[in-house]
Amino acid sequence: MSVRDDKDSLERTPLYDLHVSLGGKMVPFAGYDMPVQYPAGVLKEHLHTRTSAGLFDVSHMGQIRVLPKSGKVEDAARALERLVPQDIVAIAPGRQRYAQFTNEAGGILDDLMVANFGDHLFLVVNAACKAEDEAHLRANLSDTCIIDSLADRALIALQGPKAESALAKLCAAAPTMKFMDAGAHEVAGIKCLVSRSGYTGEDGFEISVPAADAERLAKMLLENPDVMPVGLGARDSLRLEAGLCLYGHDIDTETTPVEAALEWSVQKSRRTGGARAGGCPGAEKILAHFDHGASRRRVGLRAEGRAPVREGALLFADSEGGEAIGKVTSGGFGPSLNAPVAMGYVPTALSAFGTKLFAEVRGQRLPLTVAAMPFVKNTYKR
Amino acid sequence: MTTTLYTSDHEWLAIDGDVATVGITDYAQSQLGDVVFVELPKVGRTLKKAEAAAVVESVKAASDVYAPISGEVLETNDALAAEPALVNSDAQSKAWFFKMKIADKSELGGLMDEAAYKAHTA
Repeated sequence: MSVRDDKDSLERTPLYDLHVSLGGKMVPFAGYDMPVQYPAGVLKEHLHTRTSAGLFDVSHMGQIRVLPKSGKVEDAARALERLVPQDIVAIAPGRQRYAQFTNEAGGILDDLMVANFGDHLFLVVNAACKAEDEAHLRANLSDTCIIDSLADRALIALQGPKAESALAKLCAAAPTMKFMDAGAHEVAGIKCLVSRSGYTGEDGFEISVPAADAERLAKMLLENPDVMPVGLGARDSLRLEAGLCLYGHDIDTETTPVEAALEWSVQKSRRTGGARAGGCPGAEKILAHFDHGASRRRVGLRAEGRAPVREGALLFADSEGGEAIGKVTSGGFGPSLNAPVAMGYVPTALSAFGTKLFAEVRGQRLPLTVAAMPFVKNTYKR
Repeated sequence: MTTTLYTSDHEWLAIDGDVATVGITDYAQSQLGDVVFVELPKVGRTLKKAEAAAVVESVKAASDVYAPISGEVLETNDALAAEPALVNSDAQSKAWFFKMKIADKSELGGLMDEAAYKAHTA
């Protein structure tokens, strides 16, 4: 069985005791002791999220406020645009957008969500990167902004077709929100920051709540029979079916947003010919990839058999011989599809939907087909 | 009369004469979680003790199943291809993986009985 990290060195989220009381199987993840699954198991937790609602503890993620010293949120937005290729200025108050911190080589330091809260920006970043992200923001934005890391807040994701009705019982504003809306709302009388977004491909919400109130709120949500606690195992299979990238696996410092097939996340204003083209680290490389194409691309992969093709599996153009042409960066079994799903990088010439490829699994080459993502249709409330 | 023996890697063997039926224990399936795929050895393959003989995959991860003893694979359980979840629901009976001819009965000496295995997983 797997070797465990030293449990003593692991941090706990404000919901740790709740996870243990619910029978969560705790494992080390990004320095935290987190539930990988509950007694229901990954399969049921995954399917319940797709048909009803799942509650996820994502408190390990970083929550950072970027406050403009001028008091004008546009100044914070302009400052943040120095670090990301996205149009941050255009994010309207009460709206949120997906972004990436880039490095000088055009690679991705982390991916994040950016919300405009009217007088400041609110960022949610990955757990494993949050210390570096905060230092990166301080080093580059301190001239015009105050960087405020919110360590005393939990983050609860409520995802699935019944997330809206479940949250509506505690938060009257929930049904009025659209996909990627974000704002301060009271949930069960607790002052929270709520966004209509998530990491499952389903409609849903992420709720930033003061640490002291987190367990009370989670328990209130779990009292609803539609809501089931869901661990990191199903979080991963849900995001994989949704075609969403996992930082450190599908995207990293070696992949540009174009190679990662994240062009949709870079607005025209920041591309060649746009009002604020370039201007972030690695912009030359990223814009060159936009203008002239990149030599490789992240694609979705479907297998013909039932054998999961997992991260690290080498990809080949032919059933035998030849050099590897790419690698699987995420892969596993998709419970909603009842079939294996994967994503990986292949030469752009082999990235068209329908292209037949092979993955080497235990010495055998299994046939795969390049497929459109998301693998499961998303149900965002636009 | 069959005797059931166990390995420290959580396989079980039901011994009937010179044939052993092999599977993974209920404890092993509970640790793996929902099984979605099982890869079985080819009939006729000669397994050496401790070599990877089969693969059992959950949503999250793939795990090897080792040959608990040496011998030739006589039969595999086709039901697992159609219904891998049998490993979760009936690990120590219907979800047997393969039957093998026992090449060397002395290898059975190193295996655990039920009481010893219970103590091992306690």
